[in-house]
Amino acid sequence: MASTEEIRSGLADIVNEVAGIPADDVQLDKSFTDDLDVDSLSMVEVVVAAEEKFGVKIPDDEVKNLKTVGDAVAYIENAQGS
Amino acid sequence: MGILEGKRILVAGVTLDTSIGFATAKVAQEQGATVLVSNFGRALGITRRIVKRLPTEPPVLDLDVTNADHLAGLAAAVRGHVDGLDGVVHSIAYGNPETILGGKFLDGPWDDVSYALHVSAYSLTSLATACLPLLGPGASIVGMTFDASVAWPGYDWMGVAKGALESCCRYLARDLGPKGIRCNLVSAGALNTLAAKAIPGFDRFEGEWGNRAPLGWDLNDLEPTARTVVALLSDFFPKTTGEIVHVDGGYHAMGA
Ligand SMILES: NC(=O)c1ccc[n+]([C@@H]2O[C@H](COP(=O)([O-])OP(=O)(O)OC[C@H]3O[C@@H](n4cnc5c(N)ncnc54)[C@H](O)[C@@H]3O)[C@@H](O)[C@H]2O)c1
Repeated sequence: MASTEEIRSGLADIVNEVAGIPADDVQLDKSFTDDLDVDSLSMVEVVVAAEEKFGVKIPDDEVKNLKTVGDAVAYIENAQGS
Repeated sequence: MGILEGKRILVAGVTLDTSIGFATAKVAQEQGATVLVSNFGRALGITRRIVKRLPTEPPVLDLDVTNADHLAGLAAAVRGHVDGLDGVVHSIAYGNPETILGGKFLDGPWDDVSYALHVSAYSLTSLATACLPLLGPGASIVGMTFDASVAWPGYDWMGVAKGALESCCRYLARDLGPKGIRCNLVSAGALNTLAAKAIPGFDRFEGEWGNRAPLGWDLNDLEPTARTVVALLSDFFPKTTGEIVHVDGGYHAMGA
């Protein structure tokens, strides 16, 4: 199981690959839409890529609750643990 | 042996694993088909990741159905993988949810309406024409509609586009019939896909559809729809063309 920091940095690589945002900007307190300018289509791709990378399922209805990078990291951590 | 054994099928319109096109590609592969998938623009990145979840990873082609160059190059792009096609699935629609859906019918601006008609209706004909050099007798074209014989809440100009799509299907049946090529539509009940969730008020069908449909209906189950598309692609509907097959649990046949 990955640590919080491992998940954050893995997610940062995905956000960088999908949306071209510098990985260092992808910190736990950052909002995907307001701070990082990740639009809804990019967010869908980030979720699909994260599912593959971390071996979890993130249901559509859950995605709208993932406002910040921290929300997503916590969700993935939880889903991996269960 | 599957009912699509040896058949080569192009499925246009796969974004997520909740896309009707994805479920169709999956059932087609399970039934023995060699599948190619297409999508367009920025959604292609998602498609390239999601097709890894199919039983066999298919080639992904870049096809924007409003792009004349893409259509002109389609036959060559397909031939890079297979030497012809036995079936084409059109699982494509778009209408701007801000301007022409969700109660905007009376004021829908023509630019957005015409784009919706281009992507969602005209493209059945242009896709069929683009694929024609690849198709021979026995080939089958299948598109996806949402019952256009009535007006739906929120569906607005997409409903009009579906009316046009249903008409395109009949004219394609007329013009391609002499070549032995069939064209049919599947009229699916409400399904929780990316496109559907963008329609304002779509969630009202949750529960309601299942209550009225005598066979019941699960908005998250794409399999009945996918299986019917695959059946229409197969040799088991040899003299059916210009037809609309309902896969909606029987909803359309009930008065209330
Ligand atoms: N979901 C439902 O309730 C329902 C019911 C009946 C019929 N349908 C129809 O099924 C078909 C597939 O939709 P879905 O519900 O699977 O949603 P979807 O969003 O998964 O699929 C729609 C596809 O159309 C593609 N597309 C949009 N514009 C395009 C363009 N210019 N060029 C090429 N591709 C383009 C999208 O990228 C996407 O892959 C559509 O025709 C839809 O109207 C859906």
